[in-house]
This record gives sequence, structure tokens and C-alpha cells, in this order.
Amino acid sequence: MGLENNIWESLPDVVTVKLDAVINWARKSSIWPATFGLACCAIEMMNSVSARNDLSRFGAETFRASPRQADVMIVSGRVSRKMAPVLRRIYDQMPEPKWVISMGACATSGGVFDNYAIVQGVDKIVPVDIYIPGCPPRPEMLVHAIMMLQEKIMNDSVKDRRDTFEEESRRSVVPGTLPVTEGTALERELEAEVAQNTAARPYSVPSRHERRKSS
Amino acid sequence: MSTLLEFVDKLRAANADWVSDVKDSLGEVTVTVPREAIKDVCGALKSEHGFDMLADLCGADRGPEEDPRFEVNYHLLGTKHHHRLRLKVLLSEDDPHVNTVSDVWKTANWHERETYDLVGIIFDEHPDLRRILLPSDFDGHALRKDYPLRGYEPYSLS
Amino acid sequence: MGLENVNSGFEVMDQPLESQMTLSMGPQHPSTHGVLRLDLRLDGELIVKAIPDIGYLHTGMEKLFEYKKYQQGIVITDRMDYLNPLGNNLAYVMAAEKLLELEIPERAQTIRVLMCELQRIASHMVWLGTHCLDIGAMSVFFFCFREREKILNMIESASGGRLTPSYFRIGGLMMDLPAGFENRCRQFLDNFLDAMNTFETLVTGNTIWQSRTQGIGIISGEDAIDWGLTGPCLRGSGVDLDLRRDNPYTSYETYDFEIPVEHDCDVWARFKVRMRECYESHKIVRQALDRLTPGPIKADAPKVVLPDRDDMRKHMDSLIHHFLIVAEGFNVPEGEVYHAIEGSKGELGVYMKSNGGPKPERVHFRGPSFVNLAALPMMSEGEMVADVVAIIGSLDIVLGEIDR
Repeated sequence: MGLENNIWESLPDVVTVKLDAVINWARKSSIWPATFGLACCAIEMMNSVSARNDLSRFGAETFRASPRQADVMIVSGRVSRKMAPVLRRIYDQMPEPKWVISMGACATSGGVFDNYAIVQGVDKIVPVDIYIPGCPPRPEMLVHAIMMLQEKIMNDSVKDRRDTFEEESRRSVVPGTLPVTEGTALERELEAEVAQNTAARPYSVPSRHERRKSS
Repeated sequence: MSTLLEFVDKLRAANADWVSDVKDSLGEVTVTVPREAIKDVCGALKSEHGFDMLADLCGADRGPEEDPRFEVNYHLLGTKHHHRLRLKVLLSEDDPHVNTVSDVWKTANWHERETYDLVGIIFDEHPDLRRILLPSDFDGHALRKDYPLRGYEPYSLS
Repeated sequence: MGLENVNSGFEVMDQPLESQMTLSMGPQHPSTHGVLRLDLRLDGELIVKAIPDIGYLHTGMEKLFEYKKYQQGIVITDRMDYLNPLGNNLAYVMAAEKLLELEIPERAQTIRVLMCELQRIASHMVWLGTHCLDIGAMSVFFFCFREREKILNMIESASGGRLTPSYFRIGGLMMDLPAGFENRCRQFLDNFLDAMNTFETLVTGNTIWQSRTQGIGIISGEDAIDWGLTGPCLRGSGVDLDLRRDNPYTSYETYDFEIPVEHDCDVWARFKVRMRECYESHKIVRQALDRLTPGPIKADAPKVVLPDRDDMRKHMDSLIHHFLIVAEGFNVPEGEVYHAIEGSKGELGVYMKSNGGPKPERVHFRGPSFVNLAALPMMSEGEMVADVVAIIGSLDIVLGEIDR
């Protein structure tokens, strides 16, 4: 009671604050993850959402299935070579501002699996903000990672982030280059078309986010 | 155990070419079957001797210096009499073809696709022989002994 | 290239309602229980053809086994079917023990049964939670995971890992059960029946649940055997086959439990089989706890089994054995073996081939989910898209086991 009286007497009717602080506070308090559970770490992620370690206390209220409605992508599990372009595509479909948490040893660096099938670290594909070690990490570690991400977001500045131009992200995955089952006539036509174009490699355009300032 | 060898004797009695070698160790019986006869043997075992489930079909690479290089193991299970039997087919490197058994047991479909994908054994008359686990543009067969563990190049986006 | 390229691959249809649509469901999808892709050819809502596309989690584990010593491979088996890691461990370890012809002491066998059945209950809890979540009953998910947390606590106290315990070793167990484990286990068992009562009230008696699960995903008994289905999927179609009773291992033949079998052949039948299996596992865990007697937990094979740490510090030969086992591994006699256990999803088989060295020559895992998924096209053709989600949930697939 005493504090409010003092404030309202001494300050004018408008309270000034930095725009950054307000926007970052809003963003960090409602980080909605995209469901990207791949393997065993996904089960620990489900454990961290369930009643014992409740992730929605920290703002991660719902896991959005559509990446267009998500803020953070928690890559939980091993990323195989067949899955890597899909991962990149989902990342590109997320609107700004977006963050990536690489959960577990396999997503961070390939983990136990140093072989032909696993990408040795998801940061070869997408820029990562928080790395969580562990195989699998305890749910409390994921909660800590979300808290660290919140601190990082508070230190961010609105000046650094811009939306990618639509053309760039639309061109970053050439249609027909994701690994699909051979068989449908539609896919065969698309493949033939892609084979004609010379610049037909996926992801020839690096994302703008790789050039942004990171703390 | 003795009942398993009885099955082998019945197979031999039906056709002497069907059984080329029998091994009995560690409580399991392995019958080596020449590759032309595998479909007939499987059909006979399923229809007459009660081995109605194919539990597993896996291929193995013995190494590039061995001849025959490849082998395909069929693990059969009878759901009524609960006996297990293993059939083995040996294949050489320059002719890794064997007849499919996917019309005897439908479950062999995916198992044979996996064996083709990882070891490189080609199953004739298979309805849909294409890669199942590795990406469809993958070069080589990963489980062969001369394929390096780490593959040929690290993954990169471009 | 420009923007016009993006859309020019699509067919322009004159009569859009007369043609069929190809829908690619996955690999990133909330209801596919992992990275599974389903190519669906749809006629409106009805499925004309469904083709699963797997391999998005292929980890090359079978190749990794050939490069690691036998005891190092136990750690990799945890990550295969990550909801039933103790089952994977058990299958691998028992295959190696068969090759080495080891005899496992009784206490180790009892503890193995106990842990495997606890793991089966935990796996079924995830199945129930995610199945209900997919069909729409979200609160059951939280109740199931609460029960699972209790089991994971117990497994963690025994082995150190919640999801990747690696508790079994070739020749016995890693360590003995900690003090207080039995009390905690009995406490969990006493509360478990109340929890199952909650689930029965919430789910089994629910008319919405029944109308969403009855009559879909039908596969007859003969078809199920032909497609190689095992586990609750097979028992839901009327075939009475359970490896714990029919090809027993680890002293399962000395326990008293029933095998639930249903004859409706649909998603509802498989659901009921799994629910009843939870009760039976509860019975087995009680019996195992009652017959725990003190004794050795590792086989008597100094060249294969690590000695006690105390022994190692005091005796020279134990130290040498410890060093050799860890640094060079032990040579396994030449031979090949196929060992199958009844995992929570079905028949989990290991084909292990040894050429006399410290590393196996070929290890192949017969994952039950791999075989069960092959029957999905047959089960889902003629059903609607929403039913495919229920069918996948009833198959209880784990992509780690399918793609290995």
C-alpha cells in the first residue's frame, strides 16, 4: 500500500519503461514449443510437461503441432540423415522470433552414435540457442534450459530481429527434394522438374538468422 | 530338440535336395537349404509341419574374403507346437539373388526390403523391392563389412 | 527460379471432388508416435491406400554393435525401444549368455522378472496416455505419467537411469537392489490398483471411447499370424501365444499368471488386452517380491563377469580379470543364436552371431513394432483418417525399434 501511494504521488500518470523490456517480457512468458520429439528425449520432454515437472508454469503452455504457431523448437532426439531436411523445413516454417533448444547428447553432437546415419549435431542444420547435455537429460534440466532461454530473451534487443523475406524462406526448400517414397506420379513429375533446374540443391540460401547477433 | 530333428528328417524324406546341411547346437537347429529350394521348403514347412509364423528374416555379410559371402537366415515359429527352426541360405557375392517368400508369409515383405536395403541381397519376384530404412538416394549398402562405420562424408546442407 | 516454380508442380483438376487426394501425414505430426510418415491416398475421408514410410530415425545400431564389445553393446540397446529399455537389455544379454552357456543365479533371475514386469507396466502407461491423448481424452495422459514417474523413480534408484538404465549385464545384474526398494515397490503396488480403477472409470466405461474404438482396425487371427503380429496385437485377435508361457525364459515358468486373450480383433480388443496385462504384471511383481532371497547376483564366470570392487582391490587375479574384461573384452565362442522374449510390444528377438572374438559379427534385432506396422495398410484401408490415429495408437509402435 505504501509503495503505490508513493509512486502515484511522485510520478506522472504515464509509467515509462524500455520497449525492449516489455516486448521481451511478453515473449519470454509465453514460449510455445513446437512438437519435435524424435526419440528417447521426447519421452523425457513429455515427462517435463506432465504433472510432476510442469513446464507450463514457465509459459510453455501448449505444444503446438503446427510450426507456424510455435516459438521454440525443442529438438529432442537423434536426427538421422533422412530427417535432416525435414528438420530444416520445419525450422524455416516457424515465424520470427524463434529459438532452438537442442536437447540431449544426440541433438547436440551426435551422442553415442558416431556413424553414417546420424547428423553429428543439429547445429549443422539450424542455429541453436541452448544446448542441453544428457542421455536423456532429466526433465528438470529441460526446465532449467527454458529458464536460461528466458534470461537470454530478456537480454535480446528488438533491433536485432527481422522477419525473413517470404521469397527466401519459400525457396529455401526446393519442392520435390525432401525424401519421399517413390511411387506417386506427382512426385515423379516434381523430381523430373527439379532435375532440370541447375540450382536444385536444397538450402542453397542460408537463413538470415545465421547472420544475426547472438549473445 | 529331438522333435526338431524329426522335422528335418521329414523334409529330407520329402525331397533329398532340400537339405544340404544340418547343425544342431545351443538348443537350436539350423538347416542350410540350397537357394533354389527355399520357397518349396518354406511352403512345405508352413502347410504340412505347422510353422505358420515367420518370426524373423535377416541377412548377414560374412566378410569380403569369404565365399559364399552372404547368408540369409529365416527364423520360423509354429504357433501351435511352439517349436523354432532356422533355415539358412548361402549366397555368393557375384550372384546375390534368392527367391522371395513374401507369398508364403506376408510378413516377409518388409523384412526382405530391409535386408535388401542394408545388405544388398536381391529378392526375385518381390512385389515392391525398394529401400526402407536408408534414404532412397543412399549410395551403397550400410551393413556390409566394407562399408565404413562413419560413412563417406559428413552431413552438410548443401 | 522465381515464385512460379513453387506452385507449378500441382495438378490442375477440373473436378476436384471426383479425384483422390494424396496426403502426407508426418514425419512431424503429433499423433504418429514418433517420426513416421504415412502416405495416404484419400477419397474424401476414406482411405484408399496407406503406405508407411519409415527410416526417419535410422540410427545404424546394428552396424554399431559390430564395432563394440559385447558389454558395450548393452548401452546401445537401451535406446532402441526407449519405452521398454530393460526388455531390450534382457534380450541382448540373454542371447549373449546363451552363446556363452552361462548359468544365472536365482536372485538375479527373480530381479530380472521383477524389473521387466515393472517396465511392462511403465510402457503400457505411456501407451494408454498417448492413445488417449490422440483420441482426445487428455487428462488420462497426466494420470498415466504420474504412475510412470513412480516406476521410473524405482528403476532410477536401482540402476541410475530413468529411461536408459542398462541394468542387466552378461551374467547377471549390474548391482543389487538398493535398501528400501522392496518397501517402495510394495507401496507402489498397493496404490496401483486404485490408479487402474481410475483408468477403467475414465476410459473403459466411456461410451465415446467405445464408439471410437470398436469395429475399426480389424485383422483376423490367421491374417495376424501371416503378417507376423505378436504381443497384444495378436492376442487381441484371438490367438493365444505368449512367449512367457510358451517359450519361457528367466524362470517365468515358475510364476502364476494368466494370458489375456480377446476375440474381437479390433482396437477395442487390443485395448482391453493391454489393460488386463497391467493387472497380470502387477500380480507377477508381487510374486517376485515375495520370493526374493539373498544370494549372488552374478554368474560364476570370472572371465566374463566383473568381480566385486572389494575383491578387485584385494586380490590380484580379480584385478587382472577386471582389467582384461574392461580393456579387451572376453572371447565368445563361435556360434549363432536367436533368442526371443515377450517385450511389451510383442516378440522381441535377437539374432546374434559370433566368430570367436570380443565383438559380435552380426546382431539383428527383430523389433515387434517393425513387424506390427507392416500390417497397418491392411488394417486401415476403408477406414477414415481419424481412425488411422486410433489404429496407430492401438498398435503401440515405437519408432526407435522400427528404424533401429
